Amino acid sequence: MKIGIPRALSYYTYYPMWKTFFQILGLEVVESDATTKKIMDDGVKEAVTDACSPIKLYHGHVMNLMDKVECIFVPRLVSINREATFCPKFLGLPDMIQYTINNLPPLLSPRIDLKKGKGELLKICYRVGSKFTKNPFLIYKAYRNAIQELKNYAASFLKGAIPPLKLDSSQTQKGDIALAVLGYPYMLYDPYFSLNLIKKLIDLGAKVYTLEMLPEKAKLKQADKLKKTLFWTYSNSIIRTAYHFFENKRVDGVIHITAFGCGPDFIVDKLMELEAKEIQMPFLTVILDEQTGEEGLKTRLEAFVDMLRLRRIRHENNISLHG
Amino acid sequence: MKITYPYMGNSHIAIKNLLERLGNEVVVPPRPSKKTLSYGTQHAPEFACLPFKILLGTYIEGLEMGADTIISTGGVGPCRAGLYTTLQERILRSLGYEFDFITLEPPSRYLNALYKNIKKIINRPMTLKEFWHVIRFVWEQLKLFDMAERKSFEIRPLEVNQGETSKVYRECVDIIAEARTIEELKEIKNEVIKKMDSIDRRKDFEPVKVGLVGEIYVVLEPAANLEIEETLGELGVYVERSMFFTHYTVSNAIMDLFHLAGERNVKKAARPFFNEMCGGHGRESVGNAVLYAKRGFDGVIQLSPFTCIPEIVAKSVLPAVAKKYDISVLSLSLDEQTGKAGLRTRLEAFVDLLFKKKQKKEGRFA
Ligand code: SF4
Ligand code: SF4
Repeated sequence: MKIGIPRALSYYTYYPMWKTFFQILGLEVVESDATTKKIMDDGVKEAVTDACSPIKLYHGHVMNLMDKVECIFVPRLVSINREATFCPKFLGLPDMIQYTINNLPPLLSPRIDLKKGKGELLKICYRVGSKFTKNPFLIYKAYRNAIQELKNYAASFLKGAIPPLKLDSSQTQKGDIALAVLGYPYMLYDPYFSLNLIKKLIDLGAKVYTLEMLPEKAKLKQADKLKKTLFWTYSNSIIRTAYHFFENKRVDGVIHITAFGCGPDFIVDKLMELEAKEIQMPFLTVILDEQTGEEGLKTRLEAFVDMLRLRRIRHENNISLHG
Repeated sequence: MKITYPYMGNSHIAIKNLLERLGNEVVVPPRPSKKTLSYGTQHAPEFACLPFKILLGTYIEGLEMGADTIISTGGVGPCRAGLYTTLQERILRSLGYEFDFITLEPPSRYLNALYKNIKKIINRPMTLKEFWHVIRFVWEQLKLFDMAERKSFEIRPLEVNQGETSKVYRECVDIIAEARTIEELKEIKNEVIKKMDSIDRRKDFEPVKVGLVGEIYVVLEPAANLEIEETLGELGVYVERSMFFTHYTVSNAIMDLFHLAGERNVKKAARPFFNEMCGGHGRESVGNAVLYAKRGFDGVIQLSPFTCIPEIVAKSVLPAVAKKYDISVLSLSLDEQTGKAGLRTRLEAFVDLLFKKKQKKEGRFA
């Protein structure tokens, strides 16, 4: 049996895990193609008009898979811890897909809610696995291997690599200007949607830090700085990573990548912007949508990096003058 | 201490009474206007939802009028409203305002904080009995506002002289606002009923029925929805609304305290289409749409602020509801650019369609 996994949203965080899991169960895993103009356009056409671009893109990827597989994996990601849930659109994703796109193959949409503890995941995997095999040992093996894959995936980010973009640390960590590039993985790591933003920054001579490169522990240390914890998992990650860099000042600037029509981000972005201003950390917001032009983006990034270089030179001169 | 607070429908009158009777000086926020909105849009992030912008503008106006304390409600997610105050407070401070921000969080998670905050706004000696008396009075007043509004929905599509219902309704609101005791409220209730019932009505006309669902602020605040109920009524539509102020606080705060699932039937009705609580009122929008359809309504209008997350989820499943139950659905998303004339044109077209469909259906049965 062929199961399809759309290359969008949580794909960039969990794909290696689900792929391994289904493969060991004996399924053939098909990912949707890398984003193309057609995929984007299809999504825009089908999804409700005021949805954010990543949700539209998800619709497009589901449509890309429709005729290739017998079943599509559209998980209902609710939470992975007690403190927050995913964006409400993740919570309603299977419903949106089910009732918007016609002639779909069956969806496999387990509800993933780990509020009660990580142990829940095994139960969920068991439930999903029993749809395909009667052998509990096989399911357990699939689960174990899947978790291991996820750990490996996370570890390579921590070492400075960005696997979905096929970048390793020798590429991301070589520039002279250090930048925290913060955005949800499904925007940042989709080269079509992000217009190759990370690659562009690297070419401009930037050393790039993203969300996943900072260990969870370091993020949690920043948790108390918010008067009220945000409600959404990815958003907490972003803001905590930002606070981390605001505190240790190991970067020359922070770029926030967000998408047109994103609900949570107006809060996240403004909180970061205000904070950055207070501590005089250069801060740039890039809002992407399906029409963002490549040239315009390039110019803005160039200007930002140039400004940071100048700033650094001035800073160094200052220090040598006074020292 | 001078307190100001969010403006939503008629509740501002009752909230004023509440705060004053608890011994506070109050700055009553002005009804949201173009100016309110322009303050809001100027200082809020571009993608903030309309309620956020209106509230921010309201606070700025309140502070400019001399308030030094803002009181508002929080929430527990998963949608944004519960985080409004965190950000609004920061924005206002960055503009240089000095004030105290009291956020009342729902009791189930933050009972202690709620207790402390309530104590902060009781600023005269009073016994528990007096306190409950005040609460009861305010509650009764709110209920009366809601009743008058419900009645206006029934009468408006039938009125002979256009605009009369709205005029009488506003007079009723003023009378209710003047009440000082529970006894007075009882008398006023009869007066309101009499006044509303004396409006001249057509007997030969049967309105089409529309259920109004959507995000709470834009549903409850006429300044945000550009008086949609009045417009619809004048077009010959009987409007029913799934949300009223008195209804909202009960189902959210008290039910929350006892961990009761409010509106179980609404959730059940939403189930085949909408399986997850997504915050805000997305699931209620779908559930109520189903219930209206089952009750034989002609149409459903969904109101949502532009970029409203739960309502977007709802919006994408509403067409399926429409198809399954053969009911017409119109989704309207509102932002600072929405104009009353444009809205009216869309409503006219929709209502026209409803009347035609209704005629056809009746023709079939005749
Ligand atoms: S977090 Fe923003 S971009 Fe992501 S799904 Fe939610 S609204 Fe869309
Ligand atoms: S329900 Fe809609 S309007 Fe309310 S906070 Fe959420 S997004 Fe904003």
